[in-house]
Amino acid sequence: MNIVLKDVRIINPDQDLDTKDDILIEKGIIIKIGDLSKEDYESAKVMELDGKICTPGLFDMHVHLREPGKEDTETVISGSNSAAAGGFTGVACMPNTTPSIDSAEVVNFIKQKAENHLVDVHPIGAVSKERKGEHLAPIAELVEAGAVGFSDDGVAVKTASLVRNALEYLKMYDLPLIEHCEDESLDGGAMNEGTVSTSLGVPGIPTIAEDLTVMRDISVAGYIDGKVHIAHISSKESVDLVRQAKAKGIRVTAEVTPHHFCLTDEELINYDTNYKMNPPLRTEEHVQAMIEGLKDGTIDCIASDHAPHSIEDKEAEFIYAPNGILGLETQLGLAISELVHKNHLTINQLIEKLAVNPRRILKLPVPQIKVGEVANLTLIDSEEVWTVDIKQFRSKSKNSPFDKRLLTGKSIAVINNKKMYLNGEFTNLV
Amino acid sequence: MALNIKHLLGLKDVSKNDIQLILDTATTFREVLDRPIKKVPTLKGTTVVNLFYENSTRTRLSFELAEKRLSADTLNFSTSTSSTNKGETFKDTVRNIEAMKIDMIVVRHQSAGVPLYLTKISKASIINAGDGRHEHPTQALLDMYSIREKVGKLSGLKVCIVGDIAHSRVALSNIYGLISMGAKVSLCAPPTMLPKNIDQFGVKIYHDINKAVAENDVLNILRIQLERDAGTTIPSLREYRNYFGVNADIIEKNNKDILILHPGPINRGVELSSEVADGPYQIILDQVTNGVAVRMAVLYLLGTNN
Repeated sequence: MNIVLKDVRIINPDQDLDTKDDILIEKGIIIKIGDLSKEDYESAKVMELDGKICTPGLFDMHVHLREPGKEDTETVISGSNSAAAGGFTGVACMPNTTPSIDSAEVVNFIKQKAENHLVDVHPIGAVSKERKGEHLAPIAELVEAGAVGFSDDGVAVKTASLVRNALEYLKMYDLPLIEHCEDESLDGGAMNEGTVSTSLGVPGIPTIAEDLTVMRDISVAGYIDGKVHIAHISSKESVDLVRQAKAKGIRVTAEVTPHHFCLTDEELINYDTNYKMNPPLRTEEHVQAMIEGLKDGTIDCIASDHAPHSIEDKEAEFIYAPNGILGLETQLGLAISELVHKNHLTINQLIEKLAVNPRRILKLPVPQIKVGEVANLTLIDSEEVWTVDIKQFRSKSKNSPFDKRLLTGKSIAVINNKKMYLNGEFTNLV
Repeated sequence: MALNIKHLLGLKDVSKNDIQLILDTATTFREVLDRPIKKVPTLKGTTVVNLFYENSTRTRLSFELAEKRLSADTLNFSTSTSSTNKGETFKDTVRNIEAMKIDMIVVRHQSAGVPLYLTKISKASIINAGDGRHEHPTQALLDMYSIREKVGKLSGLKVCIVGDIAHSRVALSNIYGLISMGAKVSLCAPPTMLPKNIDQFGVKIYHDINKAVAENDVLNILRIQLERDAGTTIPSLREYRNYFGVNADIIEKNNKDILILHPGPINRGVELSSEVADGPYQIILDQVTNGVAVRMAVLYLLGTNN
C-alpha cells in the first residue's frame, strides 16, 4: 500500500527540519517529499493532515515488557502493541525479567518474539548476573546479541566497585550504564518521605536515597570517563547534581517519566496503589525541578518506565503492592499537555526528548525523514483533546492512574518496518 | 444524637462534636462495667468481625469484650502474615468473610490505608484498630477519655507524647484528637524517633524529658520496641532509659502533679520505671478499663447509625 501524508508539518531536530510538505511512502519507503500532485499518488491512501505533525518514530528507552516470566501482565507483543498505540516505534526493555536478561539466549528470545513487529524492541542487558550485584553479566556476549545498554533496574548496581568495573568494561562499546538510583540502606519505604507520608503513616523513601546513588555514579563516571545514564530521575537535588556534572564535562545523561513531572505525593491520600511507584511521586518543588531540568537540557529525554502489573497484585494492601504504572499509551499525551501546551517546551524540543536523544544515548541511528529512507515515523495531532480510557489500552495490564484524565495531544499513526498502525489496526505496507 | 461518620478510620477528620459524643456515650457504658451483670442488649443480632492481621492481644481482647458486653455476635480472624503469602488476596479474604453476612469489621493491619480500602470493598461499618504507622483512633479516644475522667477537661491541657513517634500509630491519633478537643500537644523523643516534618502538625518538640515533665500536665508514654529500636534509632535501651525514661526522681524534681498514661504493654525499666508504673501519678489500668467502655461507645454509635 502506498500512503500520502498531505500537508504535514515535518519536524526532525536531528536534521534541523521543520517544514510543511507532502510525503509519499511506497511500500514503506519514503519516495518523495514536496508538493505532490494527483498523478503522483493515484492509487495511494491519502491522509489529509492539514498541518499536523510528522516526526521520526518516537522511542521509549525505559519499558518493562515482563517477558519472560510475567506474561500474564505483558508480553513482548502486547507491550509492542501498546507502544505503537502510544505513538512509539521503538522501545528499550529492562532486564528485570525472569530469568533476567543476563545471557545472549534471553536477548535472542526477546528479539525473536519482537521479529516482524512494527515496533523495534531493543533489550537492555543486566549489569550483574541475575541483577544480584555480585558478578558482572557477560556484557560482551550481550552486546553481540543486541543489548543496547546495561542496567540492574529495579535496584541500583550494588557497589561502587561494580559500577566502576561496568563503566570501564562498557567503554569498549561506548554504551551507557543505566542506573536506577536508590541507596539500598535507605530503602524500605513505600512512598516519598515527607509531610504526606507522615500523615498517611506510610514508611517513606527519602530523596537522598536517590541523590546519594546519583552522586556516587557521577563520581565514578567522572573519575574513569565512563558513560552513565540516570533512569527516572525524580529529585530536585539529583537534577542539580546532573546539571553540575554536565557542566564539568562528565558523560552523564538523564531521563524523567511523565508521572514525575505531572503528579505529586498528594495523589496518595487515598492509598491508591496506582500511584505507588519507585522512585515515588515527590512534592511540587521536585515536579518543578523536573520541568526546569527538561527546559535547560539537564534532562535529556522522557521515558515512561512502563511497568505492567496484574490487578490482583496491585490490589494488595498498600505497603505490599508492587511499584510501577503503565506509561506507553499516556506518555505522549501527558508530555504535550503538561510541557508543550503549558509553554515549557516547544514541540520541537519535545520531539528531541522523545525521538532523538534516547536513540543517541543508546547509540541507535535516529530515523531520517528523507527520500530513500525506510519510513520510521510518528504522526501527531498536538491539539486533539481526548480522555484516557484504560479499557482501550493495548497493554495487557490496566494499572494506570491516568484513567479518565483529559489530555491534549495524541498520536494519529505510526509507521515503521513497512507497517502502519492507524485507528487501532496494523497494516502491512508491502 | 448520631455520629456524622459511618466508619472510624482515624481521628484526622472526626469533628469535635463526634469525639464529644463518643466520650459522653462511653461514660454511660463505663457505668455498665461496674454493674453485677455487665451486659446490655444494644447490639443483639449485630455481627462484628475482628480482623487482625497483626499480633495484638490487648486491643483484640478489649474489642472482643466490648462487643460481648453489647450482646453482639463476634467472629475472630487473626493471622500474623499477609494473606498474600497464603495465596489468597486480602480482598478475597474480606469478601469471603463479608459473604457470611456481617455488619461491622474491626481491623488491625501492618499496612496503613487498609481500613480505608475496606470501606471500598465492603458494605460493613469499619473500625480501625491500628493501621501501619497511621492511626489507632480508639486508643486515642480512650486516652482522652481517661484524661478527661481524671482531670475533668481536655481543653487547655498540655499533653506530651513521649517515645517512638515515628513508628507509632497512637501518636497521630492522639495529636489529631487532642488538638480537636483544644489541648496543646507536644512530643518528646530523640530526632531519630520523629517522623519527617512532624513539626508541621501543630505540635511542640522536646528532646529533654525533664523539660517535658516540667512543662506539661499529662505525659502519654509510648512503648519502645525492644527488638526494632535498640542499636538503630537509639544506641541502646540503657541510653534511652537514662535520657528519655521516666522515673520517680524526674517527676518529683520537675512536676509532682503530672498525670502519666501508657497504652501498654509497658517495658518496665525502659520507658517507665516500676515505681512510676505502679505509682500515684499513673492511670494505666484505668485506661484499660476505659478502653472497653470507649470501644463499646464506638461500636454502639456506629452499629446503630443506620
